[in-house]
Amino acid sequence: MAEPVEKSTLSQQRVMSAWVFLAPMLAVLAVVAVYPLVKTIYFGFTDASIDFPGQAQWVGFRNYLEYLDYGGGEGEYYGLLADPDWWRAVWNTLRFTFFSVLFETIFGMIIALVLNTQFFGRSLVRAAVLIPWAIPTIVSAKMWAWMMHDQFGILNDMLMKLHIISEPVAWTADPDTAMLAVLIVDIWKTTPFMALLILAGLQMVPKDMYEAAKLDGIHPVRVFRKVTLPLIMPAVLVAIVFRALDALRVFDIVYVLTPNNANTATMSVFARENLFDFDRFAYGSAASTLLFLIIALLTIGFIRATRMNLGGDR
Amino acid sequence: MTVPAPIKRLAFYALVLLILAQALFPFYYAILTSLENGQALFEVNYLPKALTFANYEHMLTDGVFGHQIFNSVFVATVVVIFSLFLGVTAAFALSRIRFRGRGMLLFTILSVSMFPQIAVLSGLFELIRAFGLFNSLWSLVFSYMIFTLPFTVWVLTTFMRDMPIEIEEAAIMDGASSFTIIRRIFLPLMWPAMVTTGLLAFIHAWNEFLFALTFLSTDSQRTVPVAIAMISGLSEFEVPWGNIMAASVIVTVPLIALVLVFQRKIVSGLTAGAVKG
Repeated sequence: MAEPVEKSTLSQQRVMSAWVFLAPMLAVLAVVAVYPLVKTIYFGFTDASIDFPGQAQWVGFRNYLEYLDYGGGEGEYYGLLADPDWWRAVWNTLRFTFFSVLFETIFGMIIALVLNTQFFGRSLVRAAVLIPWAIPTIVSAKMWAWMMHDQFGILNDMLMKLHIISEPVAWTADPDTAMLAVLIVDIWKTTPFMALLILAGLQMVPKDMYEAAKLDGIHPVRVFRKVTLPLIMPAVLVAIVFRALDALRVFDIVYVLTPNNANTATMSVFARENLFDFDRFAYGSAASTLLFLIIALLTIGFIRATRMNLGGDR
Repeated sequence: MTVPAPIKRLAFYALVLLILAQALFPFYYAILTSLENGQALFEVNYLPKALTFANYEHMLTDGVFGHQIFNSVFVATVVVIFSLFLGVTAAFALSRIRFRGRGMLLFTILSVSMFPQIAVLSGLFELIRAFGLFNSLWSLVFSYMIFTLPFTVWVLTTFMRDMPIEIEEAAIMDGASSFTIIRRIFLPLMWPAMVTTGLLAFIHAWNEFLFALTFLSTDSQRTVPVAIAMISGLSEFEVPWGNIMAASVIVTVPLIALVLVFQRKIVSGLTAGAVKG
């Protein structure tokens, strides 16, 4: 350690105590995060089974891709990278992430702009907007499953009374609407989070900018585009990335709202089904590893792109 | 401008009403359903009609659900206590002491909070079985640290960073040890931040589904999200929606109350956790 010589014993003591204070937290994280992650990656390269994971044998990339040569120029590819169900899960996840984050951002922006103006009962409305966020995910999934019930659901009833649909829709079961159903619930539940983050950004915009714009008689839409949007963009972008990383690992809404449905099964759902339902522990571990890889790459890319200040000095 | 002001005002309040309606209606409808019984459940009602508490009575007296609520309270409380204890000391070191590798460490902690839970599931499953914790509530206390701990450390670090350095310097001059500084100086100032992070960690633990679904196998050990997901009738056509909605309302009302009471703090905690950085 090339520390400066004149460094006092006091600060040396403080550095020592820093590590003492950090040690328990780091130890816990090592056991609950680092070890299991390494183990999951390892299982992905073995033939581990759920009952005897200890007897796992190394099989290389077989869970990812393997060419079985039948001889005579005949053969077939096996493994995740050749598994149409996996690619379907990837596609479902990307579709889900794109649309949920897109609509959450749009609705979140509208709600944030409304909450940022002065009006009668504003604090009550802000409190009410938080409620979907406060409801546990499973509960929202069940509530909406009931509202979307094909025979007794209020959603069908409303849409039929409004003459938008002519006969009841089996929202969560119909292949055409299952993903839409999942999206509706997720967007409903997470828009408040987006709205709050954008609102926090809006409230940091200096008020005198608006007053100056008003005095100059500039159209509000123009003010929004030229002043507000550029100023809140950093906050919005960070919120979008956080939500996207969250959406990529979505599990519970899909699992509860549309169980055993190939049209909505996401990467997390695919991995868990293989791990615990289909008795393909190693295959599920490989799928988990791939999902981890995708999210890790995106996270690093995003931290690079936004140049987040991690040193702790502002 | 061609649109007259009153019409603009009207349109604005219509938008406010629409926002309110979409946010509140599903929960209103869940309460409505939970108060219906028998035939009333199978006709669509927009307004209360013949209210009964039979569903609540059924859920609260069947014995299992009460036990499951206790499981959730236990797990979430212990998780909060552990994460706050480990989080405060770690945050002190990360925010107040300069040392090599601090930035790298914060980066690692942030990346752990972005782990997809599924990526550790098979490794954790093996570990929990090796520890003999399978189907024990401690398996959840243990595994929930993976998301509550990075979050707690991160938010408390951001909060502590903003506190003036002078008070601490004065204490160091008086010869106070780091532990005394945390206990006597930071803790009294920190309780608002601790309440916020504790509350958010509690909500997170209360709502968690994937680990609870995987690491617990018997009905009496389950936490409420899994319990609600698993309530089922005798057949696909006899799903007891009244019971499910009653259970849902029971586990949600305390959360909504907490969130509304601590609204401002929660918003600042969320923005500290997500936007600053």
